[in-house]
Amino acid sequence: MEAHSATASAPRAGLRLPGVGAGLGRGTVVLYLSLIVLLPLAALTSQSFEEGFSTFWTQVTSPQAVRSLELTVMCSLIVVAINAVFGTIIAWLLVRDEFPGKSVVNAVIDLPFALPTIVASLTLLALYGNDSPVGIDISSTRIAVVVALLFVTLPFVVRAVQPLLIEMDREMEEAAASLGAGGFTVFRRIIFPNLLPGLAAGVALAFARALGEFGSVLLFAGGLPQTMVSSVFIRQQIESGNDIGAAAVSVVLLVAALLMLAVITWVQRWGSRHERSSGGGLTVMPMSGENFTKVEDDDEGH
Amino acid sequence: MGITVEGATKSFGDFQALNDVSIDVPNGSLTALLGPSGSGKSTLLRAIAGLETLDGGRVLIDDEDVSKKPTQKREVGFVFQHYAAFKHMTVFENVAFGLKIRKWDKDKISGRVHELLGLVQLEGLADRYPSQLSGGQRQRMALARALAVEPQVLLLDEPFGALDAKVRKDLRTWLRRLHDEMHVTTIFVTHDQEEAMDVAGQLVVMNEGRVEQSGSADELYEQPATEFVMSFVGEVNRLGEQYVRPHDMTVALDRDDGAEEAMVQRIVALGFEIRVEFVLGDGTEVWAQLTRAELQKLELREGQIVYLRPGEIKSFNGDVPSSDGHGASTPHSPPDDDDAEVSAAV
Repeated sequence: MEAHSATASAPRAGLRLPGVGAGLGRGTVVLYLSLIVLLPLAALTSQSFEEGFSTFWTQVTSPQAVRSLELTVMCSLIVVAINAVFGTIIAWLLVRDEFPGKSVVNAVIDLPFALPTIVASLTLLALYGNDSPVGIDISSTRIAVVVALLFVTLPFVVRAVQPLLIEMDREMEEAAASLGAGGFTVFRRIIFPNLLPGLAAGVALAFARALGEFGSVLLFAGGLPQTMVSSVFIRQQIESGNDIGAAAVSVVLLVAALLMLAVITWVQRWGSRHERSSGGGLTVMPMSGENFTKVEDDDEGH
Repeated sequence: MGITVEGATKSFGDFQALNDVSIDVPNGSLTALLGPSGSGKSTLLRAIAGLETLDGGRVLIDDEDVSKKPTQKREVGFVFQHYAAFKHMTVFENVAFGLKIRKWDKDKISGRVHELLGLVQLEGLADRYPSQLSGGQRQRMALARALAVEPQVLLLDEPFGALDAKVRKDLRTWLRRLHDEMHVTTIFVTHDQEEAMDVAGQLVVMNEGRVEQSGSADELYEQPATEFVMSFVGEVNRLGEQYVRPHDMTVALDRDDGAEEAMVQRIVALGFEIRVEFVLGDGTEVWAQLTRAELQKLELREGQIVYLRPGEIKSFNGDVPSSDGHGASTPHSPPDDDDAEVSAAV
């Protein structure tokens, strides 16, 4: 039998909660998820429809709401596209290159995760604000929104692509080269398709984070009408007592995030279609007796 | 297309993988690079393919110096130990890869791929992904992929190393037949001397980055040039400075001039072959290879004292190896008790 077919039948022997325990375990999970995630989401959605669909629609289609949603989604898409490219390049350098200070760079990648977002916006303001030491003042512009989002979403793609690059079989690339493929073809036909699932996951997380980013954008890009992202708009609505408006826009962001997750899941499935065992449910190979045992015994000096 | 390597050297940091290696592989031959791991055999193969750049020396394919040519232009087919299957492509796409790079048209590619899948007995699996194949099937797919582009030479790096014993044996036979049909100059790397002897016409034995000896399986076995070859190609007992093959050990039950006293330690039946392990008076452990019939005749049991007479002895003290089977071997005294003595050298 094959090594991979072990993964085809999901629950295998191992530690399992027996009998009553299993029911208790599932109950706990459902309860926990309900309290933390599902019920709040339901409450939010019901609040947004409290005064009927027409009120919801009016709130969502108000010029300011539309403007903030457009800005948020547009900026998030741009940011995700840029970080998909640069995140992959950074991951590539971290995995395939040797340079002085590599471990420092590797650690710095996570900084936007660790940093409170308000601190992030302060650091950006220090360099690109109106007292900019380098003479670049982009604060309170839409560019500032993009830069702030670039900053906070940087780690996602890097950290999603990095493990795939580390695990990638370098011999695949060598095999392609021996068959005549040049560097670019090897990347396009061999490396990229194998990075795609990780890239998709990184993009999904980065997009979700960008949609909801509040702290770093608020200070750096300000709450001006032309730089008001949805999260800032939502807070403004709450402050002015328009709870339904706040909830309505929140629901739209929620739907956008869900849509993105759906697309990404599809891309991931498609990108890793080769890892699913055959569609017909037939995994037993005709040539029986051929056992697949991986033997790592080649430690030649390469 | 013959392959010649002249004075190849290569180090990885402090490790000298190749130390002035020269080999000559005749056109159309099937040659094995045989050696333990770390002997430089894989590095040499990769250097021929252009996957490794040599620090010094040259690689010639069909008398053309390809040392400066990138892998892409060397027209070599390379097969890896762990298959290097393009796991995101189907079997068909894997085999078609090199042809697509060469911009063949679709119909021609399809024809060629199916022809090759027939050759490697994978018809009907064209739409599978590598993860749905067994190890042996994956390696055959990798071979089809390498052969698709009609390479000048075929290079296989421990191609059966990751497979289990039975599949290994089948593929071995199959590779030999394939070579008989295709006549493409083939070099394959292995650490398994039996595999090398089974498959290849010519063997190159490597050790610590150097070529120890090259020749046919018979030459290496009968006339090993060095201690290393003697002990790596075939089994060997070491008696001081002398070497003797286990099947050249004669076991006698009665004391005999020139024979050494030994105690039977262990008797292992390996099918037809019986392996009898002895310990000599000075503590040296040796073993003899007997047949089942011989064992029954001797009625050996563990703990018994017997007398061993090594047959054909070789020594490598810088002198010409005495491989003629007479010079160094102990004189054969006429046996006085015929039925108690059986020679394992049949």
